[in-house]
Amino acid sequence: MFKDIFRKTKYVTIKSGQTQNRSSNEVSPQKESGVVNRKELPDGLWAKCPKCGEVLFNKNLEENARVCTTCEHHFRISASLRLSLLVDENSFEEWDAELKTLDSLEFPGYEEKLLEAQEKSGMEEGVLTGRAQIEGIPFVIAINEAGFMMGSMGSVVGEKITRAIERAIDLRLPVVIFSTSGGARMQEGIYSLYQMAKTSAALGRLAQNRLLYISVLTDPTFGGVTASYASLGDIMISEPNALVGFTGPRVIKQTMRQELPTGAQTAEFNQEHGLIDLIVARNQMRPVIARLLRYHQEGAQYDATV
Amino acid sequence: MTQLFEFEKPIAELELKISELQKFSAEKGIDLSQEVMTLEKKTALLKKEIYGNLEPWQKVQIARHSERPNFYDYVPLLFDDFIELKGDRLYADDRSIAGGIALFHGIVVTVIAQVKGKDTKENIKRNFGMPHPEGYRKAIRLMDQAEKFGRPILTFIDTPGAACDLGAEERGQGEAIARCLLAMSDYHVPVISTVIGEGGSGGALALGVANVLLMLENSFYSVIAPESCASILWKDTTKAKEAAAALKFTAQDLLRLGVADELIREPQGGAHNNLHQTAEELSQVISRYLVRLRTESPEALRDKRYEKLRAIGSFQEIYDNSSKRLD
Repeated sequence: MFKDIFRKTKYVTIKSGQTQNRSSNEVSPQKESGVVNRKELPDGLWAKCPKCGEVLFNKNLEENARVCTTCEHHFRISASLRLSLLVDENSFEEWDAELKTLDSLEFPGYEEKLLEAQEKSGMEEGVLTGRAQIEGIPFVIAINEAGFMMGSMGSVVGEKITRAIERAIDLRLPVVIFSTSGGARMQEGIYSLYQMAKTSAALGRLAQNRLLYISVLTDPTFGGVTASYASLGDIMISEPNALVGFTGPRVIKQTMRQELPTGAQTAEFNQEHGLIDLIVARNQMRPVIARLLRYHQEGAQYDATV
Repeated sequence: MTQLFEFEKPIAELELKISELQKFSAEKGIDLSQEVMTLEKKTALLKKEIYGNLEPWQKVQIARHSERPNFYDYVPLLFDDFIELKGDRLYADDRSIAGGIALFHGIVVTVIAQVKGKDTKENIKRNFGMPHPEGYRKAIRLMDQAEKFGRPILTFIDTPGAACDLGAEERGQGEAIARCLLAMSDYHVPVISTVIGEGGSGGALALGVANVLLMLENSFYSVIAPESCASILWKDTTKAKEAAAALKFTAQDLLRLGVADELIREPQGGAHNNLHQTAEELSQVISRYLVRLRTESPEALRDKRYEKLRAIGSFQEIYDNSSKRLD
């Protein structure tokens, strides 16, 4: 089998010309010697699918929006890649990129963690916000960056999302948020916790203004993000097999000594329990969101004439 | 027997010595009042020294004290009447959240509270004060009624966190909490939240979206339990003491960070040492804020609550004129 031959080449690491995100060209030696997430994809020529074990040619994987060509497993992707897969070319205008995180609690190791995350993700913080268009329809978008401290929500993430929602109200635009997050960021203590309330309150105002909010859950979404903006969509979408829940499986196992059944907390599990509307594959995301935006655009126009 | 913490042992030793002296003096008919008085003075000083300088971890221990008064202890002392209302109309009645209509200083209010048990049996009934989605949905139902009938809302926070089991996941724990946050942000009635013990993460915040946040002085309110934080940071749950200091979650920290509005005094050593005194303090402070909030218009109540939330956080804004464009 070819597969076996490829497995033996695991010592070969050739840098692929096509890189995963903006920053990976500038990987510092510091990062390489530092702690690297086990689940992180190698920047090499090949990637192994964590679900079916198939060894995939990275170039093919990129062309397939980082979805396994054999089993359709959705690899985690960066916010910038997701943006480019989703919105009309050159339609994105970034907002609030100038917000800078402060270590106001002087939390042990936080500043180093932030620098590491910035280097790893090429982003200033864990969310990208702004306005864009899909098939010419304008909307406000926010995308969590998994590569930035697992998309955790501190003051800046909460503030950027809140501002994006508030600006959507001013501009009378719908909002689409892609979440990927481990939850509230403990390094900012109570400030992080209250970002949950802040973002939820802003979505309350959006709803009062009868503007659409589509929440898209991607792998993984947990904790304080699940318990705030990610769960408040008029329409709840998830990528296939994404793990979504309040408490992570490891914590449930530790604290409750409860073994979760196979498939618990997947998108499919959540849909079965009535918690999400649609499971949409990555390559279908753009047309599905376009349709939803279009149908609500008509409603919004009707509302504006009343 | 009252649960005694390590840091309280020097006090207990002195108190034991005093009682031994008194007993000895009574038995032998020797006057030792001078010695007893000296020791009592010393004890008072030591108490002031110890309880006046509690470390964050010691406050956590007091906030979690097995005899710390829970919501039901305060009910007869705070309210002239209380009618408990149950169930979320969807699934069950969650006994880790109590709610109902109460009479507070002559004002009809809606009360929602998290309740921990006092012993193992009660704790099992109340799931150790960890609410399931049905608890949060009951809270929303009752708070919606408060909005409908124009009643102020008083919430009391005391939970290690929201329930974290399979059932909670199946019934949408995240959604239930998120809905609570959204609902509370939108009410036109006064909302006053008081942390009376443990404020454990999102499960606590779900009842904490308020016009005024009060905290008993030995309570804490945190984004994560100190044990879990220690486990993530140092892979060692025994370092909870260090995590407790790092998280800046004591009532005093939250006052300083602008999240809590006022702290409520507790009797020396903690609320469990004098329930009546604690209830009296709670009653006075909550009443003072309620009187003030009732003069505000419904719109102002809602808008000011939003503005209050809006201001929580810490970041810096760096202005440069180069507009950034991606893709």
